[in-house]
Amino acid sequence: MEKIKSLDDLKKLREGMQAKIKLRESGNNAENIVRVKVSMSTCGIASGAKEIMNFMMDEMERQAIEAVVTQTGCMGYCYAEPTIEVTVPGHDPIVFGDVDKVRASEIIEKYIIHNELVEGILPVNYRSIDI
Amino acid sequence: MADYKMHLLVCGGTGCKASESEQIKENLLAEVERNGLSGEVQVVMTGCFGFCEKGPIVKVLPDNTFYVQVKPEDAGRIVSEHALKGRPVEDLLYRDEHDLPISDSKHMEFYKKQVRIALRNCGFINPENIDEYIARDGYAALAKCLSEMTPEEVVKEIKLSGLRGRGGGGFPTGLKWEITARSVADQKYVVCNADEGDPGAFMDRSILEGDPHSVIEAMAICGYCTGSTKGLVYIRAEYPLAIQRLKTAIKQAREYGLLGQEIFGSSFSFDISLRYGAGAFVCGEETALIHSMEGLRGEPTFKPPFPSESGYLGKPTTVNNVETFASVPVIINKGASFFNNIGTEKSKGTKVFALAGKINNVGLIEVPMGTTLREVIFDIGGGIKGGKKFKAVQTGGPSGGCLTNSFLDTPIDYDNLISAGSMMGSGGMIVMDEDDCMVSIAKFYLEFTLDESCGKCTPCRIGNKRLFEILDKITKGLGTEEDLSRLRSLCKVIKDTSLCGLGQTSPNPVLSTLDNFYDEYLAHVKDHKCPAGQCKSLVRYNIDSEKCTGCTLCFRNCPVGAITGEKRSAHFIDNSICIKCGVCYDKCKFDAVSVS
Repeated sequence: MEKIKSLDDLKKLREGMQAKIKLRESGNNAENIVRVKVSMSTCGIASGAKEIMNFMMDEMERQAIEAVVTQTGCMGYCYAEPTIEVTVPGHDPIVFGDVDKVRASEIIEKYIIHNELVEGILPVNYRSIDI
Repeated sequence: MADYKMHLLVCGGTGCKASESEQIKENLLAEVERNGLSGEVQVVMTGCFGFCEKGPIVKVLPDNTFYVQVKPEDAGRIVSEHALKGRPVEDLLYRDEHDLPISDSKHMEFYKKQVRIALRNCGFINPENIDEYIARDGYAALAKCLSEMTPEEVVKEIKLSGLRGRGGGGFPTGLKWEITARSVADQKYVVCNADEGDPGAFMDRSILEGDPHSVIEAMAICGYCTGSTKGLVYIRAEYPLAIQRLKTAIKQAREYGLLGQEIFGSSFSFDISLRYGAGAFVCGEETALIHSMEGLRGEPTFKPPFPSESGYLGKPTTVNNVETFASVPVIINKGASFFNNIGTEKSKGTKVFALAGKINNVGLIEVPMGTTLREVIFDIGGGIKGGKKFKAVQTGGPSGGCLTNSFLDTPIDYDNLISAGSMMGSGGMIVMDEDDCMVSIAKFYLEFTLDESCGKCTPCRIGNKRLFEILDKITKGLGTEEDLSRLRSLCKVIKDTSLCGLGQTSPNPVLSTLDNFYDEYLAHVKDHKCPAGQCKSLVRYNIDSEKCTGCTLCFRNCPVGAITGEKRSAHFIDNSICIKCGVCYDKCKFDAVSVS
C-alpha cells in the first residue's frame, strides 16, 4: 500500500475515495445498484446479523440483483436488531429493523424489486454532522 | 406488481399506537381504496419516530412531509388533498417555534434532538475499511495539526472547545493535555481508557466497533500536542470484536503511514499498542488502570501526583476516554466554535447515552448537552415499556444516582446532574418503572460495588459490605427506622474517607434513593411492605376466588406445585410452598392473582 506522506496525498486519496463511493452510488448502472448496510456490532451479530448479511449476499447473487452489501457499526437501534439500511437508487436510505431471513426475503422481493415498503421501518431520528 | 409513487408511513411506536395510530392506518387504507389509488399509494406502519410528544405521526414519502397529532378522521383529507391533489394538509403540519409550518421534515427541530458527533460514522461506514473513513474526512484533522498548527495551537483549540472528559469525571480535556505537554520527560504516553464497566453501558464499545479510526486519529493528535510517541489502548478482553476491529484499523493506519515514523512527512512519530484488562471495574479509574498496564495489581493510588505528571512507568501520561477521543477530530476539522456552540454554558458538545431498562427504544443515542431527561426518555426513547408509569432513571452507573419525575425537565449536563445527586458517568441510562423497588435497586448497585471494590482501603472494603447488609436486611423485612439513619451516616463516612472515585461515589445510589424515595424505605421498615411488590420476602400471592375461572393455567405453570384446585373451580396458593416467582401473576388472564 502506498504511504500517505502529506496533506496533499491525503486529499487526493479522499477525493479518489469519494468519487469511488459516488460512482458506486450513482455510477454507470445507477438504475440497478442497490446498497445494503448491515449493522454488525456485537449486539447485532449476537442477534443474527452475520447470517442476514450472508443471506443478503447469496440472495442478491441468486436473483442477479446488482448490489453492494457491506457491514457497518452500530446504528443505535438496539431494540430492533438485526438492522439493515437499504438504499435503492433514487431513493433515500431506509432502515429496517428485526430482520430475519423471512423479512429479508420480503425486503428484497417487495422493496428492492418493486419499491413497495414493508412493515417495520425504523425512522431515522438523528442528524449526523456534515462532513 | 404495483409501482408505488407515494408512501404514507404511520408511526407504530407504542405511544402512537396508544393514540389510535392503527385506526389511522385503517382509515388511510380505506381512503386510498376509495380514491382508486391502491396501486399508487402504499400505507405502511413503521417503528417509533421518536417524537412521541407530537404523535401520532404520519410521514409522506418521497416529499418528506411530516404530519403531527393526526386523528383517524384526518385520513380523508390526507389522501384527497395530499395524495390526490399534491397539496399538503396545512393544519396538520409540524410547526416550529415561530408557529410556521414546516413541510420538509429534514428542516425540523426534532431532527436536532439527536446530533451525532462522536457517533458520526457509526452505522455509516465500514469500520474495517480505512478508505471509507478517509472519504469522511478521516485523518484530515491529524494532517491539519501536523502541517498547519503548532502543538500549543492545537491544545488551545481543544481548550477553547470546552471539551470535558466523557468517561464521567468531566475534567477539561485541553487542560489535561496542557499539563502533560508541560511536564518534562524523555518519554510520555497517551492512554485511551476503553475499560467500560458500568452495568448497561456500551457507548465505548460501539464507537470502537463502529469507528475505530476516529480514536486512533485523536490519540495521534494528543501525542503531537503532548510530545508523546507511544499510545496505549487499555481495553477489556471481553470486547473481542472491538479488539479485532481496532487491531485491523491500527494495521491499516500503519500501512498508510498514518501511524509510525514521520507521519505526513513531519518529524512526528507515533504508534499504538493494545493492553488488555481482565474486566475489573476499578481499572476504569486512571491510576488503577495504569497499575494494571504495568503488570501490577489493579489498585488505585492517591492523587496527586496526577498521571499527567507521573503516570505509566512513572512518565507523564494523558488518559482519556474513548468518546472524548472520538470528538477530537471534529473539533480540529470544524473549529472550537462549532463545538462550543452546542451544549450548555459549562458543558459543551454532545454526549452519547446508552438507553436501557424499561424503555421502548433501547439503544444508543447522542444528544447535545442540555437536552432534558424528558426529551431523552419520552421522545427519543419512545417512553416506558408496556404503558407503565415512569419512576426513576439511573445515570452514572454504580457511582450515580436515581433521579425522579421532578428532575425530568432538568437539562442534562455535568453540573446539573451532580447537583441533582447523581452524575454524568460514562453515559449509561437505566430507566425504571413503577414495578421497580428502589431499595432493591440500591442493593443491586451495592452488590456490584462490593464485588468490584479492590479492597485496598477500609471504608470501601468494609463500609460497602455493611451498607449492603443493612439494605439486604431491609428488603427481607427485618429493617428498622434506625437502620435508615445508620445508612445515611455510613454513606457519608464512605464518601469522605475512601481512597478513589469508586468508594467516594459508591454510596450515591443509596443516598439518592433515600432522598428521592424515602417513603418506600419507610414502607419496608415500618409496614414491612414492598410497594413495588419486588422484595420476595415481603409479598404474598393470592388468588381471588371470585375472579378465578379455574382455567388451570397457573396450576400448570407453577414450577413448585404450590397451586391446587379443580378444573372450572377456584384455585389456591399454598404460601408455605410458594417461592414467589410471580409466574401465576404473569400468566393469569383474568386478573385473579393479586400481590399483597
